[in-house]
Amino acid sequence: MSGATPEITLSVRNLTRRFGNRQVIHDLSLELKRGEVLGLLGHNGAGKSTTLQMLTGCLLPNGGEIEICGIDLLRQPALAKAHIGYLPETPPLYRELSVNDYLTFAARLRGMKRGEAAAALAQAKQRCGLEAVGKEIIGTLSKGYQQRVGIAQAIIHSPDVIVLDEPTIGLDPSQIRDIRNLIRELGNRSSVIFSTHLLGEVESVCDRVHIMQEGRLIYDDTTAALASYGGEPGHLEENFIRLTETQR
Amino acid sequence: MIRLLALRELRSLFAMPSTWFALAALQFIFAWFFLARLEAFLEIQPQLAQLANPPGVTITVAAPMFNTVALLLMMLVPVFTMRLIAEERRNQTFALLLSAPLSGYHIVLGKFFGLLVFLAALITGVPLMLYTLVLGTALDHGLLLSNLLGLLLLTASYVAVGLYLSALTSQPIAAAIGALAVLVGLWLADIGAAAEDSPWHFVSPLNHFQNFNAGLLDSGDAAFFVLFSAVFLLLAIRRIHNNRIYG
Repeated sequence: MSGATPEITLSVRNLTRRFGNRQVIHDLSLELKRGEVLGLLGHNGAGKSTTLQMLTGCLLPNGGEIEICGIDLLRQPALAKAHIGYLPETPPLYRELSVNDYLTFAARLRGMKRGEAAAALAQAKQRCGLEAVGKEIIGTLSKGYQQRVGIAQAIIHSPDVIVLDEPTIGLDPSQIRDIRNLIRELGNRSSVIFSTHLLGEVESVCDRVHIMQEGRLIYDDTTAALASYGGEPGHLEENFIRLTETQR
Repeated sequence: MIRLLALRELRSLFAMPSTWFALAALQFIFAWFFLARLEAFLEIQPQLAQLANPPGVTITVAAPMFNTVALLLMMLVPVFTMRLIAEERRNQTFALLLSAPLSGYHIVLGKFFGLLVFLAALITGVPLMLYTLVLGTALDHGLLLSNLLGLLLLTASYVAVGLYLSALTSQPIAAAIGALAVLVGLWLADIGAAAEDSPWHFVSPLNHFQNFNAGLLDSGDAAFFVLFSAVFLLLAIRRIHNNRIYG
């Protein structure tokens, strides 16, 4: 954590993945530094979720390397995974548990001691606005609250790398704003990588953008650069469409 | 970690009303069997008393009751094991376990012991009912103990089969029917095999329970249960690893 060059928390090299004979991820490489928020953009089926599943150890790649904080995810999965927080596309919630029980379980699952977990629970609830619903059963909460519980379980153990798969999907505008603020706040201390197909989200939250198309990374730059891509400043949406169409 | 996962499993079970309903209904069924056996014993007791070496209450009431519970568990355990992994897949909660710093064996053993503790609690009602007989007569504690031990080992082997079948699918119903087919299939093959040395007798868990049921502690039978459970647990661990390969 030297001051001059921020440490690299996530490094992916030449990742490939096949499902049967179909190659879905082609030679994907990316890097993430501490304090950076990376947006992964792309059409449906571009391979965003598959990539994020591989980064979190839910899916093994066919080739390539993944390092989390310098630990090889494929060789030392248990050590590396302790540094990851992951929110899949569908939040992995045990609907019959209360919010407190569930989040405590999530913290302990990542190796926190009982005492640490209690403090982490209070902090995660406060950050995600869940203080009022701690004793409620998750199944009875609204979708917005369930999504927040899903984010809370991903950040409760203060991981270095936070992986969020479409965190704002299905939320109303004010909830989206809250979650975006939270992501930006998380990005101060950890690295965040999240997938989305909302361009506004990228513009307001991300430091850098990666665009995926048919399993390949076709664009990698800062958000500002995408907005002025091809000399048309300010038209993020048009630039995104132009970029993905020309690559087809 | 294994304990944490087992406790989570128990917590989820007891948070569901259907679990409490199942517990209540099964205690009722066990009590019914117990009272029916006891009544039959009391009816024939005067005739038994005329024998030179009459069978006691433990062998005429307790042993058949344990045998019935063993048969019932064969049908019941698949209902409880079906959820273990299949439902995590269906509700997409499995990603939480897969992305946590755990290996497959933590997940499998956590679920195995979690459900085993629950089922042990479920069958505690049986010895408790039997021990009420102490009020009126002397019991054969050795026979009760060997039956209890045998029943626990038998349950463990049923849970291991159910857990493996649950790891194969994302449909809890398919897991339940699959486990039921395996367990009933082994049992039917066992009782259907005429030859004394048929291999079907050897692979049937219920057949290995018979010695325990008669009060005979055979280390060979105990070893069979341990090996039988271990094989299916290892298969389940393997299946979870393949989950990461095939998605």
